[in-house]
Amino acid sequence: MAAPILQIHDTDVFYGASQILFGIDLAVERGQTLALLGRNGAGKSTTFKAIAGIAPPRRGHIALSGQTLSGKPPYLVARAGIGYVPEDRQVFPEHTVEDNLIVGAKPGPRGDRHWTAARIYELFPVLAGMRHRMAGRLSGGEQQMLTIARTLMGNPDILLLDEPSEGLAPIVVRAIGDLIRTLRGMGVTILLAEQNMHFCLGIATHATVIDKGQVVYSDTIDALRGNDAVMQRYLAV
Amino acid sequence: MNLDVLASCFATASCAVTQVSTGLIVGMLLFLVASGLSLIFGVLGVINFAHGAFYMLGAYFAFLCFEQTGSFLAALVAGAAGAGIIGVLFERFFMSKVYGRDLLMQLLVCYAAILIFDDLVKILFGAEYKLMGMPESFATAPVEIAGGFIPGYYIFMLGMSLGIGLLLWLGINRTRLGKVIRALAINPQMVGALGINTTLLYAGVFGLGCMLAGTAGALAAPVRSLTPGMGLSVLIESFIVTVIGGMGSIPGALAAALLIGLTRAFGAIGFPLFVDGLMFALMGLVLVLRPSGLFGARAT
Repeated sequence: MAAPILQIHDTDVFYGASQILFGIDLAVERGQTLALLGRNGAGKSTTFKAIAGIAPPRRGHIALSGQTLSGKPPYLVARAGIGYVPEDRQVFPEHTVEDNLIVGAKPGPRGDRHWTAARIYELFPVLAGMRHRMAGRLSGGEQQMLTIARTLMGNPDILLLDEPSEGLAPIVVRAIGDLIRTLRGMGVTILLAEQNMHFCLGIATHATVIDKGQVVYSDTIDALRGNDAVMQRYLAV
Repeated sequence: MNLDVLASCFATASCAVTQVSTGLIVGMLLFLVASGLSLIFGVLGVINFAHGAFYMLGAYFAFLCFEQTGSFLAALVAGAAGAGIIGVLFERFFMSKVYGRDLLMQLLVCYAAILIFDDLVKILFGAEYKLMGMPESFATAPVEIAGGFIPGYYIFMLGMSLGIGLLLWLGINRTRLGKVIRALAINPQMVGALGINTTLLYAGVFGLGCMLAGTAGALAAPVRSLTPGMGLSVLIESFIVTVIGGMGSIPGALAAALLIGLTRAFGAIGFPLFVDGLMFALMGLVLVLRPSGLFGARAT
């Protein structure tokens, strides 16, 4: 088994006095697409915020390729190679599509500039046609694509997608799913938070289920598919 | 009121030219100060009530450097850089501690800074008026336009401030750093998550705003007398400019500053006892007709 690229070890996160995450353990290997599944409020977004440095853990250890992330401010976490795409599509609405990409552009942790605007437009032809349009005037699905593209411009080692299908029409959800599969095919390592398990089934390679701030299950996505007990208990609505 | 004098000034080209040039100079200096104030508010969301103090600091740094070196160019750089550096330090050690706090708290910190800077200047330079004098390179015959005379330095000031304003506008709209700064104004958390050091950027933007005020002070030094507290009236007029132009808008600051400058220049002839009142009346009028200012996109 390869050494994990992203490792979260026994991590607690608090918002003020209330504890949200209880000793979370999580490991993502290079090239994996790991789905972090759980109901609304299970702690998926908080796990992402803990990794990104926005909700620093009170206890535990988070590392990327052996380099400690916990305790670093968000911008250093990003420069270390974490590509965090928050939920609810935070594009810069008064910037053009292209300017959104420009703001996100930076070299990767080893100085590489793998992703350029030209490559992004190849992968996201829909964005190429509207590069001079204000991002605030894009549809929800287009904005979601733009936030993913903008983070890719920073050449991250791992992409953290927080509920990319949330609030989108089924046909758009399918397009986002195709996009993630394409990225997976290109070898991009992805950690994907979702409530919508069916969305993840065809996309992810592995799955970790969290409930009430604790990891309750972790295996390949196929094993999860065969495990009705876990699906019923933690994921059924 | 001297409306007939005002009318005759408009009717004679020479008087009109002189007053317009005065108005433009007053307006462009105000523009530099106000654009810094507006930039800081637009990006950081705080109002730098100490902004006038950086105008004063710019003037005194220029004065000091001009006395030592005799070079006006060096004096300009010293005024801009001095105010900018002190602005960064003020942001790092004081203003950054009160971000997100009560407006009253920010007001108090800034007011303290005004008093301290004024007193420091008093200790170092004395309370009396200082005159820097016109640099020799500008001691040329004034330019005559339609019978009105415009000093060469006025033309230089006008060019400098327009150039700086244009650079600022291009920098904010055309460069990557400018795009990042505009994004920072909208969504700082997202900007940080994209790997940009927002703390550093905040300090830099604050410093740049103070540098604009300092540049205005340095440009004003040859034509105004220097005194501790000289920043106060500039601060108040800059507030009027940002209210009229729309908070956060650079083109708005330019239009409003020129409007105020011309109002002052011609008001001094037509309503010599009511010049300040005229500015506030103008502000009131704009607030009634366009509450978010001439160029303000959103109501705040």
